[in-house]
Amino acid sequence: MKTAGLLSRLYLAALFLFVFAPIVTSMVFSFNSDRFPTVPLGQFTLDWYRTAFARPEVWAAFGNSLIVALSAAALSTALGFATAYTDFRYGFRFKTAYLALALLPPTIPLVIMGLAMLAWLARLGLSGTLPGIVIAHTVMGAPFAMAICRMRLQQMDAALEAAAWNLGASPWRAMRAVVIPFSLPALISAYCLTAAVSFDEFIVAWFVSGLNKTVPVMILEILQGNVDPQINAIGTVVFLTSMTLVVVAQLLLLRRRDP
Amino acid sequence: MKKRLSAYPYMWRLPLLIWQGAFFVGPLVLMVAMSFWLVRNYRMEPDFVLKNWDKMLGRDYFWNAYWVTFFRATLAAGLATLIAFPASCALAFRASDTARRWAVFFLIVPFFTSYLVRVYAWQVLLAESGPLNAVLAHLGLGPFTMLNSGFGAMVGYMTLVLPLVVILQTFSLAAIERDLIEASWNLGASPRATLFRVIIPSARVGLILGAVFAFILSFGDFVSPFYLGGSKPPTLSILIIDTTKSGQQWPRAAVVAVMMIVTLFVVAFAAVGAAYGRRK
Repeated sequence: MKTAGLLSRLYLAALFLFVFAPIVTSMVFSFNSDRFPTVPLGQFTLDWYRTAFARPEVWAAFGNSLIVALSAAALSTALGFATAYTDFRYGFRFKTAYLALALLPPTIPLVIMGLAMLAWLARLGLSGTLPGIVIAHTVMGAPFAMAICRMRLQQMDAALEAAAWNLGASPWRAMRAVVIPFSLPALISAYCLTAAVSFDEFIVAWFVSGLNKTVPVMILEILQGNVDPQINAIGTVVFLTSMTLVVVAQLLLLRRRDP
Repeated sequence: MKKRLSAYPYMWRLPLLIWQGAFFVGPLVLMVAMSFWLVRNYRMEPDFVLKNWDKMLGRDYFWNAYWVTFFRATLAAGLATLIAFPASCALAFRASDTARRWAVFFLIVPFFTSYLVRVYAWQVLLAESGPLNAVLAHLGLGPFTMLNSGFGAMVGYMTLVLPLVVILQTFSLAAIERDLIEASWNLGASPRATLFRVIIPSARVGLILGAVFAFILSFGDFVSPFYLGGSKPPTLSILIIDTTKSGQQWPRAAVVAVMMIVTLFVVAFAAVGAAYGRRK
Protein backbone atom coordinates (compact mmCIF):
# COMPACT_ATOMS: atom_id res chain seq x y z
CA MET A 1 0.00 0.00 0.00
CA LYS A 2 2.87 2.37 0.87
CA THR A 3 4.70 1.76 -2.40
CA ALA A 4 1.46 2.21 -4.35
CA GLY A 5 1.01 5.59 -2.69
CA LEU A 6 4.56 6.56 -3.50
CA LEU A 7 4.15 5.44 -7.09
CA SER A 8 0.98 7.41 -7.59
CA ARG A 9 2.70 10.48 -6.13
CA LEU A 10 5.62 10.06 -8.50
CA TYR A 11 3.24 9.64 -11.41
CA LEU A 12 1.39 12.82 -10.50
CA ALA A 13 4.68 14.67 -10.13
CA ALA A 14 5.76 13.51 -13.59
CA LEU A 15 2.48 14.65 -15.10
CA PHE A 16 2.72 18.08 -13.52
CA LEU A 17 6.34 18.27 -14.63
CA PHE A 18 5.22 17.67 -18.21
CA VAL A 19 2.47 20.28 -17.98
CA PHE A 20 4.66 22.96 -16.42
CA ALA A 21 7.98 22.15 -18.14
CA PRO A 22 7.33 24.43 -21.13
CA ILE A 23 6.18 27.31 -18.93
CA VAL A 24 9.21 27.08 -16.64
CA THR A 25 11.61 26.52 -19.55
CA SER A 26 10.45 29.63 -21.29
CA MET A 27 10.98 31.70 -18.15
CA VAL A 28 14.42 30.25 -17.40
CA PHE A 29 15.68 30.67 -20.96
CA SER A 30 14.47 34.25 -21.12
CA PHE A 31 17.31 35.05 -18.69
CA ASN A 32 19.87 32.82 -20.39
CA SER A 33 22.57 34.26 -22.66
CA ASP A 34 22.76 31.39 -25.20
CA ARG A 35 21.02 31.88 -28.49
CA PHE A 36 20.52 28.12 -28.83
CA PRO A 37 19.83 27.18 -25.23
CA THR A 38 20.88 23.84 -23.78
CA VAL A 39 22.15 22.49 -20.48
CA PRO A 40 24.34 23.55 -18.76
CA LEU A 41 22.92 27.07 -18.91
CA GLY A 42 24.93 30.10 -20.07
CA GLN A 43 25.18 33.39 -18.24
CA PHE A 44 22.35 35.29 -16.60
CA THR A 45 21.25 38.16 -18.80
CA LEU A 46 18.46 40.66 -19.30
CA ASP A 47 19.50 41.26 -22.91
CA TRP A 48 16.53 39.50 -24.49
CA TYR A 49 14.16 41.73 -22.55
CA ARG A 50 16.19 44.80 -23.52
CA THR A 51 16.25 43.94 -27.24
CA ALA A 52 12.60 42.92 -27.33
CA PHE A 53 11.28 45.94 -25.51
CA ALA A 54 13.51 48.35 -27.40
CA ARG A 55 11.40 47.63 -30.49
CA PRO A 56 8.51 50.02 -30.97
CA GLU A 57 6.40 47.33 -32.67
CA VAL A 58 6.52 45.23 -29.49
CA TRP A 59 5.06 48.13 -27.52
CA ALA A 60 2.47 48.72 -30.24
CA ALA A 61 1.48 45.05 -30.09
CA PHE A 62 1.13 45.17 -26.30
CA GLY A 63 -0.99 48.28 -26.67
CA ASN A 64 -3.24 46.55 -29.22
CA SER A 65 -3.52 43.44 -27.07
CA LEU A 66 -4.44 45.50 -24.04
CA ILE A 67 -7.15 47.45 -25.86
CA VAL A 68 -8.57 44.28 -27.41
CA ALA A 69 -8.47 42.24 -24.19
CA LEU A 70 -10.05 44.94 -22.03
CA SER A 71 -12.86 45.65 -24.51
CA ALA A 72 -13.56 42.03 -25.40
CA ALA A 73 -13.62 41.08 -21.71
CA ALA A 74 -16.13 43.85 -20.92
CA LEU A 75 -18.43 42.80 -23.77
CA SER A 76 -18.07 39.07 -23.01
CA THR A 77 -18.84 39.57 -19.35
CA ALA A 78 -21.91 41.69 -20.08
CA LEU A 79 -23.21 39.17 -22.63
CA GLY A 80 -22.35 36.21 -20.41
CA PHE A 81 -24.06 37.69 -17.39
CA ALA A 82 -27.22 38.57 -19.33
CA THR A 83 -27.37 35.02 -20.67
CA ALA A 84 -26.69 33.40 -17.31
CA TYR A 85 -29.37 35.54 -15.68
CA THR A 86 -31.85 34.60 -18.42
CA ASP A 87 -31.13 30.92 -17.85
CA PHE A 88 -31.38 31.35 -14.07
CA ARG A 89 -34.59 33.39 -14.02
CA TYR A 90 -36.71 32.41 -17.02
CA GLY A 91 -38.04 29.37 -18.76
CA PHE A 92 -39.23 29.77 -22.32
CA ARG A 93 -39.72 27.88 -25.54
CA PHE A 94 -36.56 26.85 -27.37
CA LYS A 95 -34.51 27.43 -24.24
CA THR A 96 -32.36 24.38 -25.00
CA ALA A 97 -31.54 25.79 -28.43
CA TYR A 98 -30.83 29.17 -26.83
CA LEU A 99 -28.39 27.61 -24.38
CA ALA A 100 -26.77 25.53 -27.10
CA LEU A 101 -26.16 28.71 -29.08
CA ALA A 102 -24.69 30.31 -25.98
CA LEU A 103 -22.26 27.47 -25.25
CA LEU A 104 -21.36 26.26 -28.75
CA PRO A 105 -18.54 28.64 -29.81
CA PRO A 106 -15.66 26.94 -27.93
CA THR A 107 -16.30 23.64 -29.73
CA ILE A 108 -15.64 25.13 -33.17
CA PRO A 109 -11.95 24.79 -34.09
CA LEU A 110 -10.20 28.15 -34.03
CA VAL A 111 -8.89 27.83 -37.58
CA ILE A 112 -12.47 27.52 -38.80
CA MET A 113 -13.62 30.46 -36.65
CA GLY A 114 -10.73 32.42 -38.12
CA LEU A 115 -11.72 31.69 -41.70
CA ALA A 116 -15.42 32.36 -41.11
CA MET A 117 -14.68 35.58 -39.21
CA LEU A 118 -12.28 36.78 -41.89
CA ALA A 119 -14.88 36.31 -44.62
CA TRP A 120 -17.65 37.91 -42.55
CA LEU A 121 -15.65 40.87 -41.25
CA ALA A 122 -14.26 41.53 -44.72
CA ARG A 123 -17.84 41.97 -45.93
CA LEU A 124 -18.54 44.38 -43.07
CA GLY A 125 -15.33 46.29 -43.79
CA LEU A 126 -13.97 45.40 -40.36
CA SER A 127 -11.19 42.99 -41.24
CA GLY A 128 -7.77 44.30 -40.29
CA THR A 129 -9.19 46.52 -37.56
CA LEU A 130 -9.06 46.24 -33.78
CA PRO A 131 -12.89 46.28 -33.46
CA GLY A 132 -12.87 43.21 -35.72
CA ILE A 133 -10.64 41.33 -33.28
CA VAL A 134 -12.75 42.54 -30.34
CA ILE A 135 -15.88 41.16 -32.02
CA ALA A 136 -14.27 37.76 -32.62
CA HIS A 137 -12.87 37.51 -29.09
CA THR A 138 -16.22 38.45 -27.58
CA VAL A 139 -17.88 35.57 -29.42
CA MET A 140 -15.26 33.22 -27.96
CA GLY A 141 -15.22 34.68 -24.46
CA ALA A 142 -18.95 35.02 -23.79
CA PRO A 143 -19.53 31.28 -23.12
CA PHE A 144 -16.81 31.24 -20.42
CA ALA A 145 -18.30 34.33 -18.79
CA MET A 146 -21.75 32.76 -18.99
CA ALA A 147 -20.56 29.56 -17.28
CA ILE A 148 -18.89 31.47 -14.44
CA CYS A 149 -21.86 33.78 -13.80
CA ARG A 150 -24.26 30.86 -13.97
CA MET A 151 -22.34 28.95 -11.28
CA ARG A 152 -22.51 31.98 -9.01
CA LEU A 153 -26.22 32.59 -9.58
CA GLN A 154 -26.81 28.94 -8.71
CA GLN A 155 -25.71 29.78 -5.16
CA MET A 156 -28.18 32.65 -4.87
CA ASP A 157 -31.51 32.05 -3.19
CA ALA A 158 -34.07 32.70 -5.94
CA ALA A 159 -36.46 34.05 -3.29
CA LEU A 160 -34.05 36.90 -2.60
CA GLU A 161 -34.94 38.73 -5.79
CA ALA A 162 -38.65 37.97 -5.39
CA ALA A 163 -38.50 39.45 -1.88
CA ALA A 164 -37.12 42.68 -3.32
CA TRP A 165 -39.98 42.79 -5.83
CA ASN A 166 -42.54 42.22 -3.10
CA LEU A 167 -41.03 45.05 -1.11
CA GLY A 168 -41.85 47.27 -4.06
CA ALA A 169 -38.57 47.35 -5.94
CA SER A 170 -38.78 47.45 -9.72
CA PRO A 171 -37.01 44.58 -11.53
CA TRP A 172 -34.19 46.97 -12.45
CA ARG A 173 -33.85 48.15 -8.88
CA ALA A 174 -33.77 44.56 -7.61
CA MET A 175 -31.14 43.75 -10.19
CA ARG A 176 -29.00 46.68 -9.07
CA ALA A 177 -29.46 46.18 -5.36
CA VAL A 178 -29.56 42.38 -5.07
CA VAL A 179 -28.42 40.37 -8.08
CA ILE A 180 -25.45 42.40 -9.23
CA PRO A 181 -23.87 42.80 -5.78
CA PHE A 182 -24.29 39.07 -5.21
CA SER A 183 -22.71 38.25 -8.58
CA LEU A 184 -19.85 40.73 -8.27
CA PRO A 185 -17.07 38.18 -7.56
CA ALA A 186 -18.21 36.16 -10.57
CA LEU A 187 -18.35 39.27 -12.74
CA ILE A 188 -14.79 40.25 -11.85
CA SER A 189 -13.63 36.68 -12.24
CA ALA A 190 -15.33 36.40 -15.65
CA TYR A 191 -13.75 39.70 -16.69
CA CYS A 192 -10.25 38.46 -15.79
CA LEU A 193 -10.70 35.09 -17.42
CA THR A 194 -12.12 36.41 -20.69
CA ALA A 195 -9.35 39.04 -20.76
CA ALA A 196 -6.86 36.17 -20.45
CA VAL A 197 -8.60 34.25 -23.25
CA SER A 198 -8.39 37.29 -25.50
CA PHE A 199 -4.83 38.13 -24.49
CA ASP A 200 -3.60 34.66 -25.53
CA GLU A 201 -5.74 34.04 -28.59
CA PHE A 202 -3.78 34.19 -31.81
CA ILE A 203 -5.37 32.09 -34.53
CA VAL A 204 -8.54 34.09 -35.11
CA ALA A 205 -6.62 37.29 -34.41
CA TRP A 206 -4.02 36.25 -36.99
CA PHE A 207 -6.70 35.71 -39.62
CA VAL A 208 -8.45 39.03 -39.07
CA SER A 209 -5.74 41.36 -37.71
CA GLY A 210 -3.97 42.57 -40.84
CA LEU A 211 -1.43 45.17 -39.78
CA ASN A 212 -2.88 45.73 -36.32
CA LYS A 213 -1.05 42.86 -34.65
CA THR A 214 -1.64 41.71 -31.12
CA VAL A 215 1.20 40.22 -29.05
CA PRO A 216 0.54 36.53 -29.79
CA VAL A 217 0.18 37.28 -33.50
CA MET A 218 3.56 38.98 -33.41
CA ILE A 219 5.02 35.96 -31.59
CA LEU A 220 3.56 33.72 -34.28
CA GLU A 221 5.25 35.77 -36.97
CA ILE A 222 8.61 35.82 -35.18
CA LEU A 223 8.29 32.04 -34.77
CA GLN A 224 8.02 31.60 -38.51
CA GLY A 225 11.58 32.91 -38.72
CA ASN A 226 14.35 31.35 -36.65
CA VAL A 227 14.92 30.38 -33.04
CA ASP A 228 14.84 33.70 -31.28
CA PRO A 229 15.08 33.93 -27.47
CA GLN A 230 13.27 37.28 -27.59
CA ILE A 231 10.16 35.13 -27.76
CA ASN A 232 11.00 33.77 -24.31
CA ALA A 233 11.21 37.31 -22.95
CA ILE A 234 7.96 38.44 -24.58
CA GLY A 235 6.37 35.09 -23.74
CA THR A 236 7.32 35.37 -20.07
CA VAL A 237 5.64 38.76 -19.85
CA VAL A 238 2.57 37.31 -21.59
CA PHE A 239 2.56 34.30 -19.25
CA LEU A 240 2.79 36.45 -16.15
CA THR A 241 -0.01 38.70 -17.39
CA SER A 242 -2.45 35.93 -18.20
CA MET A 243 -1.48 33.82 -15.18
CA THR A 244 -2.13 36.78 -12.91
CA LEU A 245 -5.55 37.21 -14.49
CA VAL A 246 -6.40 33.52 -14.18
CA VAL A 247 -5.18 33.26 -10.59
CA VAL A 248 -7.15 36.34 -9.55
CA ALA A 249 -10.23 34.90 -11.28
CA GLN A 250 -9.88 31.54 -9.55
CA LEU A 251 -9.16 32.95 -6.11
CA LEU A 252 -12.32 35.03 -6.34
CA LEU A 253 -14.31 31.93 -7.30
CA LEU A 254 -12.78 29.62 -4.70
CA ARG A 255 -12.95 32.08 -1.81
CA ARG A 256 -16.67 32.51 -2.04
CA ARG A 257 -17.41 28.86 -2.49
CA ASP A 258 -15.99 27.63 0.79
CA PRO A 259 -16.30 30.31 3.44
CA MET B 1 -50.34 44.14 -9.09
CA LYS B 2 -50.73 45.53 -12.57
CA LYS B 3 -49.93 42.94 -15.17
CA ARG B 4 -48.16 44.38 -18.18
CA LEU B 5 -45.91 43.20 -20.90
CA SER B 6 -42.48 44.04 -19.65
CA ALA B 7 -39.37 44.71 -21.68
CA TYR B 8 -37.25 43.56 -18.77
CA PRO B 9 -36.82 39.86 -19.60
CA TYR B 10 -36.03 40.65 -23.21
CA MET B 11 -33.33 43.09 -22.26
CA TRP B 12 -31.47 40.10 -20.81
CA ARG B 13 -32.42 37.53 -23.38
CA LEU B 14 -31.85 39.38 -26.63
CA PRO B 15 -28.21 40.58 -26.41
CA LEU B 16 -26.86 37.06 -26.80
CA LEU B 17 -29.23 36.24 -29.66
CA ILE B 18 -28.30 39.40 -31.50
CA TRP B 19 -24.56 39.14 -30.88
CA GLN B 20 -24.10 35.42 -31.54
CA GLY B 21 -26.53 35.66 -34.46
CA ALA B 22 -24.58 38.48 -36.06
CA PHE B 23 -21.06 37.34 -35.25
CA PHE B 24 -21.18 33.57 -34.74
CA VAL B 25 -24.03 32.06 -36.75
CA GLY B 26 -23.63 34.66 -39.51
CA PRO B 27 -19.96 33.95 -40.23
CA LEU B 28 -20.47 30.17 -40.13
CA VAL B 29 -23.45 30.33 -42.50
CA LEU B 30 -21.51 32.60 -44.83
CA MET B 31 -18.62 30.12 -44.77
CA VAL B 32 -20.87 27.22 -45.73
CA ALA B 33 -22.41 29.35 -48.51
CA MET B 34 -18.95 30.42 -49.63
CA SER B 35 -17.99 26.82 -50.29
CA PHE B 36 -20.37 26.98 -53.28
CA TRP B 37 -19.06 30.28 -54.63
CA LEU B 38 -16.91 30.84 -57.67
CA VAL B 39 -13.54 32.52 -57.87
CA ARG B 40 -13.10 34.47 -61.08
CA ASN B 41 -10.16 36.76 -61.80
CA TYR B 42 -9.10 36.46 -58.18
CA ARG B 43 -12.47 37.70 -56.97
CA MET B 44 -15.17 35.69 -55.25
CA GLU B 45 -18.62 35.75 -56.76
CA PRO B 46 -21.72 34.41 -55.05
CA ASP B 47 -22.93 31.39 -56.99
CA PHE B 48 -24.08 27.85 -56.47
CA VAL B 49 -21.57 25.49 -58.01
CA LEU B 50 -19.98 22.30 -56.79
CA LYS B 51 -16.62 23.11 -58.34
CA ASN B 52 -14.82 23.71 -55.06
CA TRP B 53 -16.18 20.49 -53.60
CA ASP B 54 -15.06 18.60 -56.71
CA LYS B 55 -11.63 20.19 -56.62
CA MET B 56 -11.01 19.39 -52.96
CA LEU B 57 -12.73 16.04 -52.46
CA GLY B 58 -11.41 14.71 -55.75
CA ARG B 59 -7.80 15.08 -54.71
CA ASP B 60 -5.61 12.63 -52.87
CA TYR B 61 -3.86 15.32 -50.86
CA PHE B 62 -7.12 16.29 -49.24
CA TRP B 63 -7.92 12.73 -48.21
CA ASN B 64 -4.35 12.13 -47.05
CA ALA B 65 -4.60 15.20 -44.85
CA TYR B 66 -8.04 14.11 -43.67
CA TRP B 67 -6.94 10.68 -42.52
CA VAL B 68 -3.68 11.93 -41.01
CA THR B 69 -5.67 14.44 -38.98
CA PHE B 70 -8.30 11.92 -37.99
CA PHE B 71 -5.76 9.28 -37.04
CA ARG B 72 -3.62 11.69 -35.02
CA ALA B 73 -6.61 13.13 -33.17
CA THR B 74 -7.81 9.60 -32.33
CA LEU B 75 -4.35 8.64 -31.14
CA ALA B 76 -4.11 11.83 -29.07
CA ALA B 77 -7.51 11.16 -27.48
CA GLY B 78 -6.54 7.58 -26.62
CA LEU B 79 -3.10 8.51 -25.31
CA ALA B 80 -4.42 11.39 -23.25
CA THR B 81 -7.09 9.15 -21.73
CA LEU B 82 -4.53 6.48 -20.80
CA ILE B 83 -1.91 8.91 -19.51
CA ALA B 84 -4.43 10.90 -17.51
CA PHE B 85 -6.24 7.95 -15.93
CA PRO B 86 -3.70 6.92 -13.26
CA ALA B 87 -3.19 10.57 -12.33
CA SER B 88 -6.93 11.17 -12.09
CA CYS B 89 -7.35 8.06 -9.93
CA ALA B 90 -4.61 9.28 -7.62
CA LEU B 91 -6.27 12.69 -7.36
CA ALA B 92 -9.77 11.29 -6.93
CA PHE B 93 -9.12 8.45 -4.49
CA ARG B 94 -5.88 9.21 -2.66
CA ALA B 95 -5.57 12.99 -2.47
CA SER B 96 -7.28 15.02 0.23
CA ASP B 97 -10.02 17.46 -0.76
CA THR B 98 -7.65 20.39 -0.36
CA ALA B 99 -4.91 18.75 -2.40
CA ARG B 100 -7.40 17.89 -5.13
CA ARG B 101 -8.69 21.45 -5.28
CA TRP B 102 -5.14 22.80 -5.61
CA ALA B 103 -4.32 20.27 -8.30
CA VAL B 104 -7.37 21.30 -10.33
CA PHE B 105 -6.43 24.94 -9.75
CA PHE B 106 -2.96 24.31 -11.20
CA LEU B 107 -4.38 22.36 -14.11
CA ILE B 108 -6.67 25.22 -15.09
CA VAL B 109 -3.86 27.78 -15.17
CA PRO B 110 -2.06 26.45 -18.29
CA PHE B 111 -5.37 26.22 -20.13
CA PHE B 112 -5.50 30.01 -20.17
CA THR B 113 -1.83 30.70 -20.79
CA SER B 114 -0.24 31.08 -24.16
CA TYR B 115 -0.23 27.74 -25.95
CA LEU B 116 1.99 29.27 -28.59
CA VAL B 117 4.78 30.11 -26.16
CA ARG B 118 4.52 26.65 -24.61
CA VAL B 119 4.94 25.06 -28.02
CA TYR B 120 7.93 27.29 -28.68
CA ALA B 121 9.41 26.09 -25.38
CA TRP B 122 8.99 22.49 -26.54
CA GLN B 123 10.70 23.42 -29.79
CA VAL B 124 13.72 24.51 -27.76
CA LEU B 125 13.55 21.57 -25.32
CA LEU B 126 13.26 18.88 -27.97
CA ALA B 127 15.81 20.31 -30.42
CA GLU B 128 18.62 18.11 -31.73
CA SER B 129 21.17 19.98 -29.62
CA GLY B 130 18.63 20.98 -26.97
CA PRO B 131 18.51 20.35 -23.22
CA LEU B 132 16.65 17.04 -23.36
CA ASN B 133 19.16 15.50 -25.75
CA ALA B 134 21.99 16.90 -23.64
CA VAL B 135 20.61 15.10 -20.59
CA LEU B 136 20.11 11.91 -22.58
CA ALA B 137 23.68 12.14 -23.87
CA HIS B 138 24.91 12.03 -20.26
CA LEU B 139 23.11 8.71 -19.94
CA GLY B 140 24.81 7.56 -23.11
CA LEU B 141 21.70 7.81 -25.27
CA GLY B 142 20.73 9.66 -28.39
CA PRO B 143 20.75 12.17 -29.86
CA PHE B 144 17.17 11.63 -30.96
CA THR B 145 15.35 13.60 -33.61
CA MET B 146 12.17 14.57 -31.83
CA LEU B 147 11.08 17.65 -33.75
CA ASN B 148 9.30 17.66 -37.10
CA SER B 149 7.88 14.23 -36.49
CA GLY B 150 4.68 12.59 -35.36
CA PHE B 151 6.25 12.35 -31.91
CA GLY B 152 6.78 16.10 -31.74
CA ALA B 153 3.20 16.79 -32.77
CA MET B 154 1.95 14.35 -30.14
CA VAL B 155 3.94 16.13 -27.40
CA GLY B 156 2.20 19.32 -28.48
CA TYR B 157 -1.25 17.73 -28.46
CA MET B 158 -0.65 16.39 -24.95
CA THR B 159 0.42 19.85 -23.79
CA LEU B 160 -2.87 21.16 -25.12
CA VAL B 161 -5.27 18.49 -23.87
CA LEU B 162 -3.84 16.69 -20.82
CA PRO B 163 -4.83 19.26 -18.17
CA LEU B 164 -8.44 19.30 -19.36
CA VAL B 165 -8.67 15.50 -19.60
CA VAL B 166 -7.28 15.07 -16.07
CA ILE B 167 -9.80 17.59 -14.71
CA LEU B 168 -12.79 15.91 -16.38
CA GLN B 169 -11.68 12.43 -15.31
CA THR B 170 -10.94 13.51 -11.76
CA PHE B 171 -14.38 15.05 -11.32
CA SER B 172 -16.19 11.97 -12.56
CA LEU B 173 -14.00 9.57 -10.56
CA ALA B 174 -14.37 11.60 -7.38
CA ALA B 175 -18.15 11.49 -7.78
CA ILE B 176 -18.25 7.67 -7.54
CA GLU B 177 -19.74 6.53 -4.26
CA ARG B 178 -17.02 5.03 -2.09
CA ASP B 179 -19.52 2.46 -0.80
CA LEU B 180 -19.80 1.04 -4.28
CA ILE B 181 -16.08 0.39 -4.47
CA GLU B 182 -15.97 -1.01 -0.95
CA ALA B 183 -18.91 -3.28 -1.70
CA SER B 184 -17.01 -4.61 -4.67
CA TRP B 185 -13.99 -5.31 -2.43
CA ASN B 186 -16.13 -6.91 0.26
CA LEU B 187 -17.77 -9.18 -2.26
CA GLY B 188 -14.32 -10.50 -3.10
CA ALA B 189 -13.71 -8.81 -6.44
CA SER B 190 -10.07 -8.53 -7.46
CA PRO B 191 -8.64 -5.02 -7.94
CA ARG B 192 -8.74 -5.67 -11.65
CA ALA B 193 -12.42 -6.61 -11.60
CA THR B 194 -13.21 -3.60 -9.41
CA LEU B 195 -11.45 -1.34 -11.89
CA PHE B 196 -13.11 -2.72 -15.01
CA ARG B 197 -16.56 -3.56 -13.66
CA VAL B 198 -17.15 -0.82 -11.10
CA ILE B 199 -14.84 2.18 -11.46
CA ILE B 200 -14.61 2.55 -15.24
CA PRO B 201 -18.34 2.01 -15.93
CA SER B 202 -19.28 4.47 -13.16
CA ALA B 203 -16.94 7.14 -14.48
CA ARG B 204 -17.94 6.48 -18.08
CA VAL B 205 -19.33 9.95 -18.77
CA GLY B 206 -16.20 11.77 -17.62
CA LEU B 207 -13.87 9.37 -19.39
CA ILE B 208 -15.70 9.71 -22.69
CA LEU B 209 -16.11 13.49 -22.41
CA GLY B 210 -12.39 13.82 -21.72
CA ALA B 211 -11.54 11.75 -24.77
CA VAL B 212 -13.97 13.71 -26.96
CA PHE B 213 -12.56 17.07 -25.91
CA ALA B 214 -9.07 15.73 -26.54
CA PHE B 215 -10.20 14.64 -30.01
CA ILE B 216 -11.90 17.96 -30.83
CA LEU B 217 -8.96 20.05 -29.68
CA SER B 218 -6.32 17.96 -31.45
CA PHE B 219 -8.40 17.63 -34.60
CA GLY B 220 -8.60 21.40 -34.98
CA ASP B 221 -5.17 22.35 -33.68
CA PHE B 222 -2.72 23.85 -36.11
CA VAL B 223 0.17 24.90 -33.89
CA SER B 224 1.50 21.47 -32.85
CA PRO B 225 1.44 19.83 -36.26
CA PHE B 226 2.98 22.95 -37.78
CA TYR B 227 5.72 23.86 -35.31
CA LEU B 228 6.45 20.46 -33.73
CA GLY B 229 5.23 18.08 -36.42
CA GLY B 230 6.99 19.85 -39.27
CA SER B 231 3.72 20.25 -41.22
CA LYS B 232 4.56 17.17 -43.32
CA PRO B 233 2.16 15.54 -43.88
CA PRO B 234 -0.14 18.56 -43.56
CA THR B 235 -3.22 18.34 -41.37
CA LEU B 236 -6.61 19.82 -42.30
CA SER B 237 -6.02 22.99 -40.30
CA ILE B 238 -2.69 23.55 -42.07
CA LEU B 239 -4.51 22.97 -45.36
CA ILE B 240 -7.07 25.66 -44.46
CA ILE B 241 -4.36 28.17 -43.59
CA ASP B 242 -2.30 27.46 -46.70
CA THR B 243 -5.36 27.72 -48.91
CA THR B 244 -6.61 30.93 -47.27
CA LYS B 245 -3.32 32.75 -47.03
CA SER B 246 -2.26 31.97 -50.60
CA GLY B 247 -4.58 34.30 -52.45
CA GLN B 248 -8.32 34.25 -52.82
CA GLN B 249 -9.10 30.53 -52.63
CA TRP B 250 -11.32 31.03 -49.59
CA PRO B 251 -14.13 28.85 -51.04
CA ARG B 252 -11.82 25.83 -51.14
CA ALA B 253 -10.72 26.46 -47.57
CA ALA B 254 -14.41 26.65 -46.68
CA VAL B 255 -14.91 23.15 -48.12
CA VAL B 256 -12.20 21.81 -45.80
CA ALA B 257 -13.74 23.67 -42.87
CA VAL B 258 -17.21 22.25 -43.53
CA MET B 259 -15.78 18.73 -43.74
CA MET B 260 -14.09 19.30 -40.37
CA ILE B 261 -17.25 20.56 -38.71
CA VAL B 262 -19.29 17.63 -40.03
CA THR B 263 -16.68 15.18 -38.76
CA LEU B 264 -16.61 16.79 -35.33
CA PHE B 265 -20.40 16.73 -35.09
CA VAL B 266 -20.56 13.05 -35.97
CA VAL B 267 -17.84 12.19 -33.46
CA ALA B 268 -19.38 14.34 -30.74
CA PHE B 269 -22.87 12.89 -31.22
CA ALA B 270 -21.60 9.32 -31.32
CA ALA B 271 -19.64 9.95 -28.14
CA VAL B 272 -22.53 11.61 -26.31
CA GLY B 273 -24.66 8.65 -27.30
CA ALA B 274 -22.04 6.29 -25.91
CA ALA B 275 -21.68 8.33 -22.73
CA TYR B 276 -25.33 8.81 -21.84
CA GLY B 277 -26.84 5.83 -23.65
CA ARG B 278 -28.30 2.91 -21.78
CA ARG B 279 -25.83 0.74 -19.98
CA LYS B 280 -25.51 -2.79 -21.25
